[in-house]
Amino acid sequence: MDSRIGKTWLALGYLFLYLPIVTLIVFSFNDSKMVTLWGGFTFKWYGLIANDTEVIDGFKLSIKIALLSATGSVVLGMLAAFAMVKYKTFFGRTAFIAHINAPLVVPEVITGLSLLLFFVMCERAFGLPERGLFTIWAGHTSVGMAYAAVVIQSRLLEMDKSLEEAAMDLGCRPFQVFVLVTLPLIAQSLASAWLLTFTISLDDVVSTAFLSGPGSTTLPIIILSRARLGLNPTINVVATITVALVSVGVLAGSLWMNRQERKRAADQAAAYREGMSTGPLVA
Amino acid sequence: MESAKMQAKGHATSPLASFLQRIAARGNWGRRSVIGVPYVFLVLLFTIPFLVVLRLSLTEMDGVHIMDLTSYVDGAVNIRIKLSNYIFLTSDALYVDTYISSIKFALLNTVICLAIGYPFAYFMARSQASIRPALLMLVSLPFWTSYLLRVYAWKGLLDDNGVFNNVLMAMHLIDTPIKMMHTGFSMMLGMVYTYLPFMILPLYANLVKMDLRLLEAAKDLGATPFQTFWLITVPLSKNGIIAGAMLVFIPSVGEYVIPELLGGPSTLMIGRVLWDEFFSNNDWSMASAVAVSMVVLILIPLVVFNKYQAQAGSGRSV
Amino acid sequence: MVITPSPVAASDADLNFLRIDKLVKLFDDVAAVDEVSVDIAKGEIFALLGSSGCGKSTLLRMLAGFETPTTGKIKLDGVDIATLPPYERPINMMFQSYALFPHLSVWENVAFGLKREGMPADQIGDRVEAMLSTVQLKPYAKRKPHQLSGGQQQRVALARCLAKSPKLLLLDEPLGALDRKLREQTQFELHNIIKKVGVTCVLVTHDQEEAMTMADRIAVMSAGRFMQVGQPHEIYETPSCKFVADFIGNVNLFDAKLVEDEADHCVLAGEHGSFYIDHGITGTLGMAATVAVRPEKIKLSRTPPADAAHNCIKGVIADSGYFGSFSLYRMALPGGRKLQIQITHEHRHIEMLNDGEDAYASFTPDSLVVLTS
Repeated sequence: MDSRIGKTWLALGYLFLYLPIVTLIVFSFNDSKMVTLWGGFTFKWYGLIANDTEVIDGFKLSIKIALLSATGSVVLGMLAAFAMVKYKTFFGRTAFIAHINAPLVVPEVITGLSLLLFFVMCERAFGLPERGLFTIWAGHTSVGMAYAAVVIQSRLLEMDKSLEEAAMDLGCRPFQVFVLVTLPLIAQSLASAWLLTFTISLDDVVSTAFLSGPGSTTLPIIILSRARLGLNPTINVVATITVALVSVGVLAGSLWMNRQERKRAADQAAAYREGMSTGPLVA
Repeated sequence: MESAKMQAKGHATSPLASFLQRIAARGNWGRRSVIGVPYVFLVLLFTIPFLVVLRLSLTEMDGVHIMDLTSYVDGAVNIRIKLSNYIFLTSDALYVDTYISSIKFALLNTVICLAIGYPFAYFMARSQASIRPALLMLVSLPFWTSYLLRVYAWKGLLDDNGVFNNVLMAMHLIDTPIKMMHTGFSMMLGMVYTYLPFMILPLYANLVKMDLRLLEAAKDLGATPFQTFWLITVPLSKNGIIAGAMLVFIPSVGEYVIPELLGGPSTLMIGRVLWDEFFSNNDWSMASAVAVSMVVLILIPLVVFNKYQAQAGSGRSV
Repeated sequence: MVITPSPVAASDADLNFLRIDKLVKLFDDVAAVDEVSVDIAKGEIFALLGSSGCGKSTLLRMLAGFETPTTGKIKLDGVDIATLPPYERPINMMFQSYALFPHLSVWENVAFGLKREGMPADQIGDRVEAMLSTVQLKPYAKRKPHQLSGGQQQRVALARCLAKSPKLLLLDEPLGALDRKLREQTQFELHNIIKKVGVTCVLVTHDQEEAMTMADRIAVMSAGRFMQVGQPHEIYETPSCKFVADFIGNVNLFDAKLVEDEADHCVLAGEHGSFYIDHGITGTLGMAATVAVRPEKIKLSRTPPADAAHNCIKGVIADSGYFGSFSLYRMALPGGRKLQIQITHEHRHIEMLNDGEDAYASFTPDSLVVLTS
C-alpha cells in the first residue's frame, strides 16, 4: 500500500512539475494569434525568432556574461571553500561564513539594489564602473561564488585528507599537492559548480535589472518585459529551445555519470573476488 | 590587504596595526591569499554595498542629489540622520500590511512546499536504487531551466484565455472563464511551483542517507509504520527540513518576479514595493529603507540558516 | 629505563639512528605526548603500542612531519628533523587507509615520489619495476586503486613507501584495514619484506599481536608516556608496572606485602596466601607491592600440591571454556575475586574440571613477577 501511495504521489508531483513546461513547448508550435488557443501546427514563430535581433543580441550577451560569471564564481568559490575547510581559525572566520552563506538565500532585490548603489557611488567617486557588462558580471559572480563554494566544500569535506598528506610525505610542496592531487580529485565538483553557476547567471533577472545599463540587455530582461505585457509566442519559442538544450545536457550528463558509477562498481567487485581467490603474497 | 581594508573603513589602527604587522612578519602568503581573495570580494560585493544601502536609507532624496549624512558646519561635524523613511514605513498602513502579507505568503509557501515536498522526497528515497538517479534527474531538470520561463508558463495556463479555461469551456463545464490570474491563488501556485525543488532536493539528500536499519529496529520493537515515520524518520530528517524551509522561506519574502507576473493588487509583496520605489518612483533612499527593513524581517531565519550551514560545513551532524 | 640494544646493530651511530629526545606535544594545555625519549637502532622495527588516545598516532605524525613538536628534538641519522616539513624529510609513511591516489595507476602511484625527487625517467622505470616485483604486483601496474583488492592496495602502498629508499619507514596501523584471515598471513610477509629491505621502521598499533609479531622492540604507551620499552618477550614476561602487565595479554594481580627479602629469593604475603619468588628485589620489608602471574603459568589440580606453604591458592571453579588447544577457567576465591587460568592441552585426552568443584591453583617460583608501580 505504501508503494501505491508513493507511486501516485510521485506521478502527480512530476505531472505538476512538467505540465507548464510541456504546454510552453506545445504552444510554441501554435498557429494562432491567441497563444493558448490551438490553431494548427506551425514553425513560423521559430522563423521570426531568427530575425529578432533584440533576442539574439540579448542571448549573446547572456551567454558571454554567463561564461565569465561561471568561471569567476568557480575560482572564487573554490578559494572560499578551501578557506573554510582547511583553515579552522582565522581572523573574522564567522563573518566570512556568514558572507558566503547569505547570497544563497537573501532576496535578489536586496542584493541587486545594494550592489547598484555601491557601483553608483564608485562611479561618482572614481568615474567607473559604468553600468553594463562588468556590473552585471559582478552581481552574478557574487551570488555564483556562494553556490560554487557550497558544492566544492561538500566535496572537499568528503575527500580523504590522508591523500594530501601522502602527497606531502612523498615530497610534494603545498602548491604541488594542490595541482597534482587535490585538483584532479575535486575536478568533477568544479565542473558541477561551473555548470550550476552558468545556469544561474543565464537565468538571472532581478539583480540584472538593477545592474544593467543602456545597451546591456540580457535575454531574461527581454523576456520579462515582454511577459509583463502579456502572452507572447516568441517567449514560447525561447523556452522550447532552452528546455531542449538543457534536457539534452542534463540527460547526457546523467547518463555519463551513471555509466562511470556502474563501471567503477563492477571494477571493485571484480577486484574483491580476485583478492579472495588468490590470497596475499607469498614472500 | 587586510590593513588596507581596515583603513578604508576608517578604523583606529594602533592595536590592530601591531597585530597585523605580526601576521605580515610571518609570511605564509599562500594561506593569506586563499582566505583573503574571496574575503575581499565578499566584503566589496556584500558588506560595503549593504552599508551603502543603510546609509542611503537614512538620508533624503532631493531630486537627484542624495543629501550627505555628515557635513562640516563651522568646523564641527554634524551628523544628520533622517529617519523619515523609516517612520513612513512603520506608520503607513499599506507598508505594514505589505510586510505582514509578505511574511504570510512566504510562510504559506514554505508550509505547502513542505507538505508536498516531504512525501515526494520520502518516496523518492524509498524507491528502488536503480531508478533513483533517474528520479533525481527529473526533479533537477526543471530546476535547470529558467524559472522566469516556467512562471510565464503558468500565465499561459491560468489566463482567462489560457489552457485551463479553454479546456473547461471546450468541455462545456463552464460558460465564462474562471478568473484565476492575478489572484492570491495564482501567485501561490507560481511560488510553490518555483520553490518546490528547493525543498525536495535537500530533503532527499538527507532522507537517502538515512540508515534503514534504524527503522527496522523500531519496527522490531513494536512501532507501527506511522509511529516509525513520526518518531524516527521525521526527527532524523530535521536537518533536511530546516535547510529546505530556510531555502524556501527567506527568498520568498523578497520575491519579485512571481508576484509581478502572477500576482495582482491583492497580493502585496515587499519585493514588488522595493522594485516600484526604485524603478517607478526613482526614490532610491526609500527603496534602501525598504531593503533594510526586509533584512530585519528575515534576520532571524538568516541566522538560523547560517548556523545550520556552518554546522553542515564543518562536517558535524546535529 | 633500560634500553636493550638490538642484536644486529653495530656502530654507535647505528644504535642511535633515530633519536627522540624529550618530545612533547601540547594541544591546548593537554599533553598528547608527554616527554618521550627513546633511541632506535638502524634496521630496527619499533612498535608504539597503546589504546586510542594514548598519543601514539600523534607521536607518529610528529615523526612524519604532520605535527610540529611543542618542545623536544628528533634526530634522524644525526640530522635534527623536528622542524622540517614532511616533503623535506627522508621519511615515508604508510597510511592506515593506504591513501593511494585514485586518479593514478599503480605504476604512477609508486613513481609519484620518485618524480618529485627529479629522478630521470629511465631510472624511475627500473625502480618502479623493482618495487612492484618485490611486492609481487607487476601484472597490475596499469590498474587503478579501485580495481584492486584490499590486500593488493596495501602492497601498492608499501611499494610506494619504499620506492624512495627512505631512512625511516612509518606504518600507521598496517594491519588494521585487513580482515582476520588476511591479517594473520600478512603479518609475517610484511615483516619479511621490511627486514629484507633493511629499513628502520616505526609502527603504530593498538593490537598486541601485531606489535609482538612484527616488532623487534615495543613501547607500551599510555597518556602520552612510555610505560615500558623492551623486546616483546620482556614486555610480556617482565612487565615493569601494573599497567603494562594488565595491558598485554591476561594477568592475575595480587596485592601483597613484602615479608622476606634475600639475595636469591623473596616472599610476599597476600590475602590469598603467600608467594615465594625465585629472586630478590630491592625494597623494604613491609612495603606494599603487586604479584603478577599469567594464566598459562598456573597449574590446576583437584588435590593440594606437595608444597602447599607458598604459591598455592584454593578456590572453586566458577566458569570454564573449551577452546580446542587450551581451556580457560575462572576460579572463585574466598573474598569474591576470580582467578584466570589457562591450561594448554598437551595430550589428546584431557580431564576438564567442572563448575562448582573445589580446586587448587599452583605456580612455580620463577613464574611470578613482582611489581612495585
